[in-house]
Amino acid sequence: MIGRAAVVLLVLFMTLPTVVVVAVSFNPTAIMSFPPAGLSLRWYANALGYPQFQRAAVNSLIVTAAASAIALLVGTAAALALERARLRGRHVWATALLSPLVVPGVAAGLGFLILAAGLGLLRSRLVLIAAHVALVLPFVVRSVWVSVKNLDPTLERAAASLGATPWRTFRRVTLPLLRPGLFAALLFAVIVSANEFVVSLFVSSRLTEILPVAMFTYVVNYTDPTIAALSSLFIAATLALVWIADRFFGLAAVFLLDR
Amino acid sequence: MRLLLLPSLGVIAILAVALGALFQYSVLAFVPGSLQTGGFTLANFRSVVSPQYLGSVWDTVVLSLATTALTLVVSYPVAYALARSTSAAVRSALLVLTLAPFFTGAIVRTYAWILVLGNTVVTWPVPMLFTERGVLVGLVHFSMPTMILLLAAAISHVDPALERAAASLGATPARVFRRVTLPLSMPGVVSGSLVVFAWTLSAFPTPELLGGGKVKMIANVVKDLALDSFNWPGAAAFAMVALALTLGLLGGLGRLAAGRVER
Repeated sequence: MIGRAAVVLLVLFMTLPTVVVVAVSFNPTAIMSFPPAGLSLRWYANALGYPQFQRAAVNSLIVTAAASAIALLVGTAAALALERARLRGRHVWATALLSPLVVPGVAAGLGFLILAAGLGLLRSRLVLIAAHVALVLPFVVRSVWVSVKNLDPTLERAAASLGATPWRTFRRVTLPLLRPGLFAALLFAVIVSANEFVVSLFVSSRLTEILPVAMFTYVVNYTDPTIAALSSLFIAATLALVWIADRFFGLAAVFLLDR
Repeated sequence: MRLLLLPSLGVIAILAVALGALFQYSVLAFVPGSLQTGGFTLANFRSVVSPQYLGSVWDTVVLSLATTALTLVVSYPVAYALARSTSAAVRSALLVLTLAPFFTGAIVRTYAWILVLGNTVVTWPVPMLFTERGVLVGLVHFSMPTMILLLAAAISHVDPALERAAASLGATPARVFRRVTLPLSMPGVVSGSLVVFAWTLSAFPTPELLGGGKVKMIANVVKDLALDSFNWPGAAAFAMVALALTLGLLGGLGRLAAGRVER
């Protein structure tokens, strides 16, 4: 009983900030109170009408779409090679591909900033997109690799023995069987890229900055609940994505928690 | 088939070049008022341990240790429930609630803690926002999902029959936990602690926003030097220290995971 109460309390602790953000976003006044004194959508209007957020939202869309698409292609190819190719030191290659996970954000961020300055690309989105591809790649490789591992090779051999060309086998057998893994990979890529903050802070200018960076600047300078409204929209979108993921693949499977 | 690996290695190579540039800057002299650099020097690394910055390094280590210990204690019960619940609905709910903050992004989460710690919800008896206490709360909250997932994976590998056997032989629940469950879940405890400690060492948004400029961890010093003072060589030295610490710790973890831990 005590154990169960502790778990409930701890889960409440984990969800408390989210609840507070959503509640505050409907606050009618700029002075925040909890619970809110009334209901108002003015901060949502403010968030959606703020020009810098609009510009940052467009940047976010461009960067996340480009980085996720590139990472999905590159990462899927890598996952197939890791599982299927005759490789020496498979472990070493895998470690290299997962290595962006362990590089501190400020180290990667400053490194990319110095690189961008050296290449004269400080005002372009190219380095930002390249950085996002690198940061997202480990998530794609892992999700797809698990799917490739679980794929029954006899199905592909059956297709080949019935006369399908390698390309046709890939398109009609391999790819459809990998679809859940590919979808999970894309989901991860989009969520990680859309929320990436530290590296993006270093390599973006006022013109190229993505939403998390614009939100950070706003939080530092203003105290009204506009960010609460924008955060609530972010939380709603993320929860929807996580719910969809759980619905279609089971999150337990994605995180390899199944017994 | 092997060629399919090439594009991804290209991506990793870009990251490697960026980190190479970082290393190069860390050993070049800073020319104040300019982004041009001078010749080879070790002065940037000497300033990491100078009295001006040693406080930040010390704060970083202390806060990281405290965060790791606290996170371990508060994550274990949730991880245990997650691994052992027989109801699929409870497991699913726990997992979604655990992962939701994981996916919510650093800025949204940290902003939420500004509201909670800033006397919006309750009035705190002691100041919380812009203190190390507040930063610690934010860091623990930030680390919990990772720790819970790693612990739950380890706990789910502990055979419940062993716990039942201990209990049937008369061990109290506390003793079963101390002598059976905890020792057998040690791999998760070790890997969770190492990952959380390494990540906290280079934490940035949490101390930046919850510390309000009063609490400076290594990453905040990097940002101040790089983006406010335009001292890229000085910032690069701090970033290299963070990188070396993280890689050292997680490299050690990799070796542990490779099977040198006795279970």
